[in-house]
Amino acid sequence: MSYSTEMLKEEKVFKDPVHRYIHVRDRVIWDLIGTKEFQRLRRIKQLGTTYLTFHGAEHSRFNHSLGVYEIVRRIIDDVFNGRQEWNNDQRLLSLCAALLHDLGHGPFSHSFEKVFDLDHEQFTQDIILGDTEVNQILTKVAKDFPKKVAEVIGKTSNEKLVVSLISSQIDADRMDYLLRDAYFTGVSYGNFDMERILRVMRPREDQAVIKKSGMHAVEDYIMSRYQMYWQVYFHPVTRSAEVILTKILHRAKHLHEQFYSFKHHPAHFYSLFEEETTLEDYLKLDEAIILYYFQMWQEEDDEILKDLCRRFMNRNLFKYVEFDPAKEYKKLAELSTLFQKAGIDPEYYLVVDSSSDLPYDFYRPGEEEERLPIHLLMKNNEIRELSRESEIVDSISGKRRTDHKLYFPKDILKNDQTKSKIKKQIRQLLDIK
Amino acid sequence: MLKDHAKIMKAIAASGEIIGRKKLQKMIYIAKKLDFPFHEKYQFHFFGPYSEELTLRVEELCNMGFLNEIKEKKGGYFQYRYSLTESGEEFLQLNEVDMPFLPACLADMNEQNARFLELVSTVLYFDNLETEEIKEKVFTLKSKQKYTDEEIEQAFQYIEGLKIKVTVQ
Repeated sequence: MSYSTEMLKEEKVFKDPVHRYIHVRDRVIWDLIGTKEFQRLRRIKQLGTTYLTFHGAEHSRFNHSLGVYEIVRRIIDDVFNGRQEWNNDQRLLSLCAALLHDLGHGPFSHSFEKVFDLDHEQFTQDIILGDTEVNQILTKVAKDFPKKVAEVIGKTSNEKLVVSLISSQIDADRMDYLLRDAYFTGVSYGNFDMERILRVMRPREDQAVIKKSGMHAVEDYIMSRYQMYWQVYFHPVTRSAEVILTKILHRAKHLHEQFYSFKHHPAHFYSLFEEETTLEDYLKLDEAIILYYFQMWQEEDDEILKDLCRRFMNRNLFKYVEFDPAKEYKKLAELSTLFQKAGIDPEYYLVVDSSSDLPYDFYRPGEEEERLPIHLLMKNNEIRELSRESEIVDSISGKRRTDHKLYFPKDILKNDQTKSKIKKQIRQLLDIK
Repeated sequence: MLKDHAKIMKAIAASGEIIGRKKLQKMIYIAKKLDFPFHEKYQFHFFGPYSEELTLRVEELCNMGFLNEIKEKKGGYFQYRYSLTESGEEFLQLNEVDMPFLPACLADMNEQNARFLELVSTVLYFDNLETEEIKEKVFTLKSKQKYTDEEIEQAFQYIEGLKIKVTVQ
């Protein structure tokens, strides 16, 4: 028996609050889970700073990766296997890609990527193709197997059906994170009937399609996606935490560039500051490490770094007002000047945050061939785009919702011990008491 | 404020009008690959490099009233045209973006069709590979577009031409 087809003597099961059980029979999958690069995902939260808003959202990328693997396993073993359009030789490739799709995520990925010009997808590729335990296991399957897995995750594989299981507008990744995030945040908006969707999925050359009879389950999925975006992912308090986190990173980088002498040397940050982060450096990062520095930086001499870290650690976040850039950009310039006069650096304490700054998306019907839409399989075998059949989806995907907020430290502005006149002017402009 | 938004507006202003979302996506991607400072994150999708961030940013600009979006039916599908509004021009004047070589590159790209720009952006996406591997990628991943060897060669030449435009000016 070759390594690629080797099965464990007994099936291993992980208890999981979303899928009840995650089943592992393949030796390769079991070995991949045991690698240090995959175990690292236990120390990276799936939802970053969301736990500061929804206290239950402490689940990790490890949980989610196992969940995506389980969904793909069910699609293949329970639905696709035996169907003419499915080539079961792609089974292990699909399972490995599902399990490893988020391997390159770092701590608080979104903020880190913006500030230090990183790309977690590139790190996923580097871990799979580099000198790592994951690479050793994949290479045991076949010499070119790591490359094949990396191409599926990078969406550059010619196995388009396999790619679509992990990355499309109705894929295992989204289905798992919606259900999991809904469970751990405690909100009910994210729930939908995944079992039904899996049952009506059918393999086609380029993507998995959905039988028309399952359209209502898909409508529910699209609705839950829409609701979760506005209720959880775009939550203004989470965005406030994200704004502060980003500003801490900017400040630390700025201080390093100014040759500031840190009381506590940011050893893990040096390669990030220099934007020369190697894979080895990157794999040493996790959220425990980052929070350790934030804890220590509360005692720094630099007032801004100290204050921002205290805010983040103690959840003393910025407040916000709705902001209309088109009508209010002149007001923002005025506010910026007043902040400077009040001795509050607007670079760190007056921040516009837009919905396009966030890493989540809506369903798009793929007009003009931007993205492949969800396709329904009609009774006559014709393929139709979802929003052309579903009035509910059509109404959501036709309506745009974008959103901008202006964040600021209300507590400082309300402290009238210094620059009270200017602060009063600022409060009036912001329309806050 | 809104520096990344202003850069997109600058790109559209420099092009006059951009017809088609796909074309806009590919033009910004190509400009980014030429080292113009666009920060939208791109991933490879079914139809080549695509940025959800750019799509959302353009939607925001339309909602702000800084961009005109005209939706028109063309055959069996819809096509979108983008240009700057008066208030968009006013905003851009107050938030000037300095990318001196950009207008010439974008004007050139805007004269190409979306199919060719899809090819150019795909070639650029795989620019870490050898020429033969890039061709292989185009033939397998873009099999439905039926690109020919000549077209791929034109794409390589076109990219070289753009690089000269950036360095010579």
